[in-house]
Amino acid sequence: MTDLASNSAPRQTTERIAASLPRRYARDSRFRYYGLVAIGLALAFLVLLFVSIVSKGYSAFFQTEIRLLIEFDEDRLDPNGTRDPSVLAGADYGGLVKSSLRGLFPEAESRRDRKSLNRLMSSGAGFVLRDMVTNDPSLIGTAQEVWLPAAADIDMLIKGFIDRSKPASERRVNDKQIAWVDALQERDAIERHFNTRFFSAGDSREPELAGIWGAVVGSFYTLLVTILLAFPLGVMTAIYLEEFAPTNRWTDLIEVNINNLAAVPSIVFGLLGLAVFLNFFGLPRSAPLVGGMVLALMTLPTIIIAGRAALKAVPPSIREAALGVGASRLQVVTHHVLPLAMPGILTGAIIGTAQALGESAPLLMIGMVAFIVDVPTGPIDPATVLPVQIYLWADSPERAFVERTSAGIMVLIAFLVAMNLIAVVLRKKFERRW
Amino acid sequence: MPLSILIAVLLTASAFAFYLGRGRAVAVAGGHVRNLHSLPSHYGAYVALWCALPAFGILAFWLVVEPAAIESFVVAGLPPEAANLPPDRLALLLNDIRNLADRGLVAGSGDQTVMAGAEHYLSLQRLGSTALTVIAIVLAMAGVAVGWRFVSPELRARNSVERTITAILVASSTIAIFTTIGIVLSLLFEAARFFNTVPVTEFLFGLEWSPQTAIREDQVGASGKFGAVPIFAGTMLISAIAMTVAVPIGLLSAIYMAEYAAPRVRSVIKPLLEILAGIPTVVYGFFAALTVAPFLRDNGSLLGLDVASESALAAGLVMGIMIVPFVSSISDDVITAVPKSLREGSLGLGATKSETIKKVVLPAALPGIVGGILLAVSRAIGETMIVVMAAGLAANLTANPLQAVTTVTVQIVTLLVGDQEFDSPKTLAAFALGLTLFCVTLVLNVYALFIVRKYREKYD
Repeated sequence: MTDLASNSAPRQTTERIAASLPRRYARDSRFRYYGLVAIGLALAFLVLLFVSIVSKGYSAFFQTEIRLLIEFDEDRLDPNGTRDPSVLAGADYGGLVKSSLRGLFPEAESRRDRKSLNRLMSSGAGFVLRDMVTNDPSLIGTAQEVWLPAAADIDMLIKGFIDRSKPASERRVNDKQIAWVDALQERDAIERHFNTRFFSAGDSREPELAGIWGAVVGSFYTLLVTILLAFPLGVMTAIYLEEFAPTNRWTDLIEVNINNLAAVPSIVFGLLGLAVFLNFFGLPRSAPLVGGMVLALMTLPTIIIAGRAALKAVPPSIREAALGVGASRLQVVTHHVLPLAMPGILTGAIIGTAQALGESAPLLMIGMVAFIVDVPTGPIDPATVLPVQIYLWADSPERAFVERTSAGIMVLIAFLVAMNLIAVVLRKKFERRW
Repeated sequence: MPLSILIAVLLTASAFAFYLGRGRAVAVAGGHVRNLHSLPSHYGAYVALWCALPAFGILAFWLVVEPAAIESFVVAGLPPEAANLPPDRLALLLNDIRNLADRGLVAGSGDQTVMAGAEHYLSLQRLGSTALTVIAIVLAMAGVAVGWRFVSPELRARNSVERTITAILVASSTIAIFTTIGIVLSLLFEAARFFNTVPVTEFLFGLEWSPQTAIREDQVGASGKFGAVPIFAGTMLISAIAMTVAVPIGLLSAIYMAEYAAPRVRSVIKPLLEILAGIPTVVYGFFAALTVAPFLRDNGSLLGLDVASESALAAGLVMGIMIVPFVSSISDDVITAVPKSLREGSLGLGATKSETIKKVVLPAALPGIVGGILLAVSRAIGETMIVVMAAGLAANLTANPLQAVTTVTVQIVTLLVGDQEFDSPKTLAAFALGLTLFCVTLVLNVYALFIVRKYREKYD
């Protein structure tokens, strides 16, 4: 009996384990499946984000234009015939557009009808004509067919974002305007053209005239200041900490500080910029200079950490060999270690700059959210940057701005992708395995 | 002379000084370089440093003191009745003067005092800039002369140059400390001014937040309530939603990548997930406000739920997705750092892979994972653009994720964006909120970094 008892216990255990195995294996594969689902969810969201932005924004790269026969009437543009540039610049070009429209649709006679007829065209149409005439005064006295930008509402109608079946009071274009647009379409006088203005103009209250060039230039100056400040400072700090610093409390304090600064919320850097750079030092508001300084402080930890990693990757044998043939410590660093670590440092710097390019919160604090039409010409001019421009446009309710916001995001992401690609290529090309 | 040109001139002068010094060194050595203590280029660098350092020093000094110096001169030059104005009116007057001088803008009527002040301001500025140019160039030339005279075969040029450069390296490494000091001081200083008017206890424990202060004494609703509890609650609600999204997704994908995925799959998935971290937050904000929030609102009304169009849920969900890569990359590092022997021991005892992960690997990696999650929480609390664009402005004290709540960062942005006078409690409140934000994230970060570091030491 005792024999049987001692035999059955292990058998029971084995049986129990065998019986539980299917369940445990099922749990095992389920667990693995959870991981896949998690990754799938994150990637699905990524795809959704891109699809939603591209589908909203691709249409902004095209702008509806209307072909009008413009008579550059000398009496209206330059009654004295002096061809004086200031007279030409001040003439009533909007009037030319209006009379051309009236020639197309003479049936619009009442004040209200004429008003809605004039609303077919963008208020920027006159500026296009002005630029044509100031560039080429010989146009005066001739009649030309010119493609001029349509108003944002007409643009939306052509792109199909305005529902024609809704009652007229609920859409932004009235029945007559729709009829005129249809008439223009029959004559092939309304077409979508590539939107060069989006890439060459500054901001505007009129969606069809708004462009990102001002923000791109602002971003350029801001990042220029950021790089000029953060790169040398970051590399020098990294060299000091990695190659020269003794291990003591002071060095420890610096390291803790750097690690902590890397995790401080970006908006706190904005508060620092507001309190110190603007209020204490009295630097100008909205200037890329101040924005660049704030972003430099923010990117500094990234560059330092990447720089130290790159310096650490250079094997000690290089240093020892250089020291052995009589180089000083600084010569070791500048002649040998730094050139070998440079690709890694540059990669870190580019990634840090890309982060700075996408950053907007601290810039809101120092006034880079102002509505600025002019393209900045230097780092002291008031400016805005790409992400802040996107934020400003996202606040505007018009459908035409939604499309421009998405297009702006696409441009911003294109820049980021380009910078990260450069970083990857640098790393691939110059990476060394010791 | 414009600043950029002055800097360019000084740099060119230093380059010139380098060649001068190098030539001089070769000359004093009588053409035999081996007679010199250091390499000729060290002598060049020595003279170049003599040229550049004093000139750039005076330049930096002037840039720092210029605004204050000019201001005090302008005030001194004002007629006595204007100079004796109370400080706040004087500040306004100075502002007018500066606007007129810098941009030719005139606020209100073209006041005689302002015109004269602006004239004075401009002349001082011109004088200062000329003096700076002359002094900097003279200093540079004097530096070259001094350095040039010092060059001799016995001069230990390399040692001096290296000592100077090391000093510059040390100085640049202190920037991080100065940044922290700057942040703490600016926040503390402005927050202290805020707490002079609003007691700390009201700010920390008050249940009502309506920062509209009166422009006129008799205005309705002018009291201005600064109880920040609803804001803290809103921040926590949105962060909690974000973490409920980010922690499971991040942790599970980290486990999959570290334990299950083939190296090739991993090398594709990991960068793809990191893209999520690289997308600018303003893009997430736009997506949350224009796609996710309307989607939730419409589907909520189908289910009979009343979802606010700026619901905490939309902001929290999108923020959670943004944080996934932070959680996953730190967890991934920590899980791969767990020694193989632990896994092999567990597998050898007959545990399945998932049992090994759940009962051995995860407990071993737990401190590091917690550290990573804390860092992610601090990231969520400090995140600005998503909540500015997708969360509400009204401070509701609620735990309902379908309602609109506001957060610390949203309030900082709304209080500070736009023109504001810099001494009303309304703007200063932003600094008090910023101080709270900084302190909370600081504690979280330091604690998390401490855990992660301690954990690393354990298995190294």
